[in-house]
Amino acid sequence: MTLHAMQDRPLVSVSDLSKSFDLSAPFLNRLIERKPKSFLRAVDGLNIDIPRGKTFSLVGESGCGKSTVAKLVVGLHGATNGKIRFDGTDLTDLRAADRGDFRRRIQMIFQDPYASLNPRWRVRDIIAEPLRSFDITSSSTEERAEVARLLELVGLNPKDGEKFPHEFSGGQRQRISIARAISSKPDFLVCDEPTSALDVSVQSQILNLMRDLQDEMGLTYLFISHDLAVVEFMSDYVGVMYLGRLVEAGPAERIFAAPEHPYTKLLMDTVPDVTMARRGRVPVVGEVPNPINPPPGCSFNPRCPLVHETCRIRSPDLLDRPGGAVVACHAVAEEGASPSDATGKIKAGGV
Amino acid sequence: MTQQSPSSPVLSVRDLAICFDTRHGPLSAVDGISFDLAPGEILGMVGESGAGKSLTGTAITGLLESPGRIHRGAIYFEGQRIDTLPQPEMRQLRGRKIGSIFQDPLTSLNPLMTVGQQLIQTIRTHLDLSQDAARKRAIDFLAEVGIPAPETRVDQYPHQFSGGMRQRVVIALALCANPSLVIADEPTTALDVSIQAQILDLLKQMCRDHGAAVILVTHDMGVIAETADRVAVMYSGRVVEIGPVKTVVGDPHHPYTKGLMQSIPRIGSNARRLTQIDGAMPRLTDMPTGCAFHPRCPHAMDICRRALPERQQVEDGGEVACYLYQEETV
Repeated sequence: MTLHAMQDRPLVSVSDLSKSFDLSAPFLNRLIERKPKSFLRAVDGLNIDIPRGKTFSLVGESGCGKSTVAKLVVGLHGATNGKIRFDGTDLTDLRAADRGDFRRRIQMIFQDPYASLNPRWRVRDIIAEPLRSFDITSSSTEERAEVARLLELVGLNPKDGEKFPHEFSGGQRQRISIARAISSKPDFLVCDEPTSALDVSVQSQILNLMRDLQDEMGLTYLFISHDLAVVEFMSDYVGVMYLGRLVEAGPAERIFAAPEHPYTKLLMDTVPDVTMARRGRVPVVGEVPNPINPPPGCSFNPRCPLVHETCRIRSPDLLDRPGGAVVACHAVAEEGASPSDATGKIKAGGV
Repeated sequence: MTQQSPSSPVLSVRDLAICFDTRHGPLSAVDGISFDLAPGEILGMVGESGAGKSLTGTAITGLLESPGRIHRGAIYFEGQRIDTLPQPEMRQLRGRKIGSIFQDPLTSLNPLMTVGQQLIQTIRTHLDLSQDAARKRAIDFLAEVGIPAPETRVDQYPHQFSGGMRQRVVIALALCANPSLVIADEPTTALDVSIQAQILDLLKQMCRDHGAAVILVTHDMGVIAETADRVAVMYSGRVVEIGPVKTVVGDPHHPYTKGLMQSIPRIGSNARRLTQIDGAMPRLTDMPTGCAFHPRCPHAMDICRRALPERQQVEDGGEVACYLYQEETV
């Protein structure tokens, strides 16, 4: 019973998370030029729950705040507002000194495998660094055996540990990044566009590897990507972001089968598709507005085909929709739906 | 424009080979590729990084830099051989007859000149127009590529434009002297998906309106499927398969193209695993003997390890370089 309750509780729970970056000119300039302070709201009131052992993906275009969320969750940025609960503990409250074990349990895989490995370290040292800093192995023999095991686990040769990163291709380097990330036996991996620097034939190898590791180690992923097809392949839950806000979220099958928010529909319509089904489609107009001066009301209103008066005045709240999804759209709301509870969270258990 | 019969190709590449001279001897990066491009046609060139697709585009524009050089083959543009042309004559051709669109619109525009100055400079270099007429043409082109309020925007600097708008300016620059060939090297890779669709449609529209043929270099099969008329699939410096887009995308023959198509994740496929091609493309320093794909090929035979397959006609107008199909035809 208690075990069941434990498993029901999401591993990661983000509530009302916001991050503003201060873009103001220096104090004296502001005084002389009489300019007000200016802020960029990169993430604005985000609520997500990530169940244990599942993959939650955030999708959106550049500048929508998805990478900022990744950095907030691992603690590379401090949140302006809101809470990040990891296994019941609020990480935003913790002092740096108390974060120790959470650092071990939360690891990250970065986008560019050419920039995220130290070129002057041997691969075995790169992978062993987390083992050393978290005192996971007690002797150097044990450390060597563990590095060899990890290399084999990600599909490399144990002898590759002696080499330097430049001796590997992009896909192999990303395997090294993954080996480093899982060496501290984490529960939760934050993957920020892990395959967007790779070629397709290599991308499929890495995605398959990530899914295998998830099954074997029971990992929970926060997966950040702009590629909808990759997201559909990887995810159990999807959140679509636009200018720092969640516009639609829910179980992946539900979102991909029946997207409701006009922006989600737009994204799905514009992905170039190898089936050539959309050769004759009408292109969408407009571009993502400047996040420093977002339009009033719903930030998608200048590009939305369903736009009406309310959209220009008031920002929509997240509404519960059938199938366990939430949508923030006035047009969808008018079709008749009950407003979501205060947090607007996805009902992870109800799938 | 030169008078040409409609059937004669605007560009013919014959057995082109590009190598890089290094301390350890020449490295062959592109090895014997041949193709024709009909007027107004869009040819997609697809392949992984290092397959030689961008290098081919660079060689056609004559912008290959040392230590790279063409060591075999010929390039004919509108019937004239251009790979041996001296640089000053090549400069006349570039911009006038052959336009270029590069990946990153921010680095391909001069940040210190207004968009208008750059357009006017290009127009006046290649066409005999007065300053006022060139400015008018620049504004017309900006309007044509869908830039709102072109009369004001023409006097603005590139940093005042968004990424998508900058790429529109680059397209205007490439087409403002009415070229008959445009080389677009990953024109949408730096852009978001919703902008990518707009730019691809614009590129198609503009090239159709101005009668320019396009070589579209990209790594994205989806972009090719939606834009190109014909596709050339490159692997390790060779064209392994070429043919109409419907054949290559819908019914690929070469094991590499097949693997590539299957490894692309698709929306709505509900796959538990992706098909993967194991291994990676060989490095130039470490090329296998015979067909370069054989170490990764599920159908590799003895002959694949010894000899290079020639390109052979298959049904539906495609050509494939693979011994699997040579046996059938012999």
